[in-house]
Amino acid sequence: MCDQTFLANVFGSCDKCFKQRALRPVFKKSQQLSYCSTCAEIVSATLKKIKGQLDTARARAAGLHQVAERVEALGQFVMKTRRTLKGHGNKVLCMDWCKDKRRIVSSSQDGKVIVWDSFTTNKEHAVTMPCTWVMACAYAPSGCAIACGGLDNKCSVYPLTFDKNENMAAKKKSVAMHTNYLSACSFTNSDMQILTASGDGTCALWDVESGQLLQSFHGHGADVLCLDLAPSETGNTFVSGGCDKKAMVWDMRSGQCVQAFETHESDINSVRYYPSGDAFASGSDDATCRLYDLRADREVAIYSKESIIFGASSVDFSLSGRLLFAGYNDYTINVWDVLKGSRVSILFGHENRVSTLRVSPDGTAFCSGSWDHTLRVREMVFSFRVCERRKEG
Amino acid sequence: MERVVVSMQDPDQGVKMRSQRLLVTVIPHAVTGSDVVQWLTQKFCISEEEAVHLGAVLLQHGYIYPLRDPRSLVLRPDETPYRFQVRLWGAAIYLAKKNIRKQGTLADYEKECYDRLHTKISHAWDLVLMQAREQLRAAKQRRKGDRLVIACQEQTYWLVNRPPPGVPSVLEQGPGRGSCAASRVHMTKSADFYKQEIEYCRRALGRTRVKSSVCLEAYLSFCGQRGPHDPLVSGCLPSNPWISDDDAYWVMNAPTVAAPTKLRVERWGFSFRELLEDPVGRAHFMDFLGKEFSGENLSFWEACEELRYGAQARVPTLVDAVYQQFLAPGAARWVNIDSRTMERTLEGLRQPHRYVLDDAQLHIYMLMKKDSYPRFLKSDMYKGLLAEAGIPLETKKRVFPFSRRPRHSSPSPALLPTAVELTAAGGPGGGDGVA
Repeated sequence: MCDQTFLANVFGSCDKCFKQRALRPVFKKSQQLSYCSTCAEIVSATLKKIKGQLDTARARAAGLHQVAERVEALGQFVMKTRRTLKGHGNKVLCMDWCKDKRRIVSSSQDGKVIVWDSFTTNKEHAVTMPCTWVMACAYAPSGCAIACGGLDNKCSVYPLTFDKNENMAAKKKSVAMHTNYLSACSFTNSDMQILTASGDGTCALWDVESGQLLQSFHGHGADVLCLDLAPSETGNTFVSGGCDKKAMVWDMRSGQCVQAFETHESDINSVRYYPSGDAFASGSDDATCRLYDLRADREVAIYSKESIIFGASSVDFSLSGRLLFAGYNDYTINVWDVLKGSRVSILFGHENRVSTLRVSPDGTAFCSGSWDHTLRVREMVFSFRVCERRKEG
Repeated sequence: MERVVVSMQDPDQGVKMRSQRLLVTVIPHAVTGSDVVQWLTQKFCISEEEAVHLGAVLLQHGYIYPLRDPRSLVLRPDETPYRFQVRLWGAAIYLAKKNIRKQGTLADYEKECYDRLHTKISHAWDLVLMQAREQLRAAKQRRKGDRLVIACQEQTYWLVNRPPPGVPSVLEQGPGRGSCAASRVHMTKSADFYKQEIEYCRRALGRTRVKSSVCLEAYLSFCGQRGPHDPLVSGCLPSNPWISDDDAYWVMNAPTVAAPTKLRVERWGFSFRELLEDPVGRAHFMDFLGKEFSGENLSFWEACEELRYGAQARVPTLVDAVYQQFLAPGAARWVNIDSRTMERTLEGLRQPHRYVLDDAQLHIYMLMKKDSYPRFLKSDMYKGLLAEAGIPLETKKRVFPFSRRPRHSSPSPALLPTAVELTAAGGPGGGDGVA
C-alpha cells in the first residue's frame, strides 16, 4: 500500500482562466480563490521571482562596504602626537579650531576657556567662566571671537583682545538663554549668528549683536547633545543628535525637521557631516559610529567592533572623507576607513576618556581633548601612498 | 562590558582557569594576566597592545581583581594571578570588618565614609556589624588561600568604588543627562504634537529618495577625487607643518596669495562651491565674469550672503541697499532674474526679513553654476592659471632630527585693525593678515 497523500481535487471553473480544470485553493490578499494548477504555478513562480528580486536588491543596497570592495586599501602608516597642550587644570570637555589652521580654543570642567596657538603651544588668551562644566566652545570664522557655555544655560561670546588693560570678561556678550545646560554651539558662516543645542531638548539660532532668538527647533524627545552645520551650497540645514537616540536634520529657515534617523541604540554624542554634505556620521554610547545618507534617507554603514565596548564621544572626518576619527570613553581613538568599514588604526596616549576630537580646517592634523587635562595634536604619514604623488614638470 | 566578562568566565570557551601559585599558597580558579590577554586577542582579533588595554579597563572597573599587589589596578600580561569579581554587597561590611579588626585605625577618608554610611543605614547597622563579625569569624576558620582571595577581592572593590582622594575615579560621569524615559513623561502629548508627527510622516513618505547604489557610488568618486588633496591620506608638499615645524605649507596656501598651488587650482574645478569658497578662486572668477559683462551676478550673490548671515539690526538697510543697486528698474547693476521670481521678490520686499532674497539668490546662483562656471573652466584664463601653478618641492628631511627648527608664531586674526568677518563680502580685499 503506497502512502502517498492525495489532494482532494475539486473540479470547476478556474477563477483566473475560467477553464474547467481541477482546482486548488489560492489565497490572494486574504481572499480565497480557486485556481487551476497551471494558473497556481504561474502565480507562485511570479511570487518567487519578485521575492528573489527583492532579496538581491536588499543585498545590493545593504551597504557601502560591498560597493567599496574594489577600492584600494589604505596601507600602513605611522601616527604620532606632535603637540601636547598642557595647561588646563581639569577635564577638557570641548575644543574647536580657528580658520587659520593653527589656533585652538578649548574649555574644561573648572570653567576655564583657553585659546592656544597650538603650533607653538603658547597660550594666547584665557577666560574663567562663572560656571563649571563648560561643555561647548566655538571659534568665530573671522578668528576675532569665541563662544562658550555649559551649566550656566547660556552661550556667551567673548571678543578676543590683546589689549593688556582690558579684561576679556568685561566685553562678554550673553547671547543664548536656554532652560537647561548648553551642550553644543557653533557659529554659522559669519560672526553674527550662533546655533546652540541644549539639554532642554531644543536647538536655537541667535543673533549675536542683539541676543535675539531668530529661530528655535523643537522635536527632540530628550537632551540634544551635539550639532553640525551642513557644508552645502545653499547653506540652510544642520543636523543634531540627542539622548532620544535620534539624529534630526533641520531647515534653518523654517525651523522644521526635514529628516530623522533612529537606528542607534543609545545616546548620540556627536554628529559630523561628510565633506560633500550628502551624508553625516554619528558616534554614540552604544559603541558604534554610523553613516547616514541624506539623499537615500537611510543608514548606509556601521563602524563597530566586538572589542570596542565603550561609547564614542566624538567623531570627525578627514578632508577627503576617507578616514573617520572617533574618540571613545575607553581612552582610545579609533580610525576607520569610511568606505571599507574596517578599522585602520587604534591610538592610545590619553589617560582618561577622550571627550572631543576635531580635524584641522586644512586637514593636516587632528586634535583630541581628554579628561586627563591635556589636548594632543596628531598627524599621520602613510608609508605606502594610495594616490601617487605627481612628479614635477 | 558585562557581556565580555560573562563570556570570559564561560567554562568551555572562556579563559583557562587554573590553580595558581602565589608564594606558597595555592589559589584555585584563578587566571594569569597573560591568559587574559591571549584570550582577548584571539576572541576579538585585536593586537596585543589593545588586548592589554582592554584587560586593564576591565580591571579598573572592578570586574577582575589582582591576587598579588592589590593596591595597584594594573593588568600585567604575565604570570600574575587574577580572579573574577563576585558582586560583594556593602562597602559598609568591609569597613566594619576593618574597623573591628584593626580597632579604629581606619584612614581618614575611610573614617569619613564609615560615618556617612553609619548615618545612612543606621537602622540596619546592627545587621551590618553582625555580618562583619560573622565573616571575620568564618575567615579565621578558612584556609589561608581563601582568606587571601577574599581580602584581595574586597580591597579591589573598595579601590574601584571609593578611590582615595586624589586618584581619578573610573566611574566618574559627566553631568546628568535627561534620559528618554524621564523626558517623555514630561512632554505633553498634545494634539499639536500628534499633528506635527503626522505631517512629518506624510512629508517623509512623499519625499523623493535617491537609489542607494547612486549614493554609494558618489562616496567612492568623492573620496577618489579628493584623496590626493587630503594631507592625512596623501601627505602634503612641501611638508606637513606639524611634522617639520615649518609653516611654509600654510604660507603657500594662505587665503589670499599671489600664486596658488596646482592642487588648489585643480580644486576649483571640482565644484562651484569650492571655487566660491576660495578667496583667490572667487577673485579670478570675478575677473572672468567682468570680461563677460556679468559681474553683477556674483556681486548680487555676495550681497545676499551678507544679508543672510548679517546682524539682525542691519537687515532693513541691507535689503534696501540691495534693492537700489541690483533690483530696482534702471539700477546701476541690474541683475537679470526671470519675471516670476522678480515679482515674488518685490512682493516680499514690502516686509523685509533676512530670507526675503532667497529665491532671487538661488536663481542667480544656479545661473552662474550652470552657465558661467563651465565656461570659466574651459576658458583660457583658467587653463593659464592651471599651467602657471606650481607644485612645491618637498623639503628634504633633516639629517639630525634633534635640531628643531624654531616654530614661528603668526599674528592672530584678532589683531587685524579692521576686524572684518571673512564672509561673502570679504572678497579679495580683506583678510590677509594670516601669514
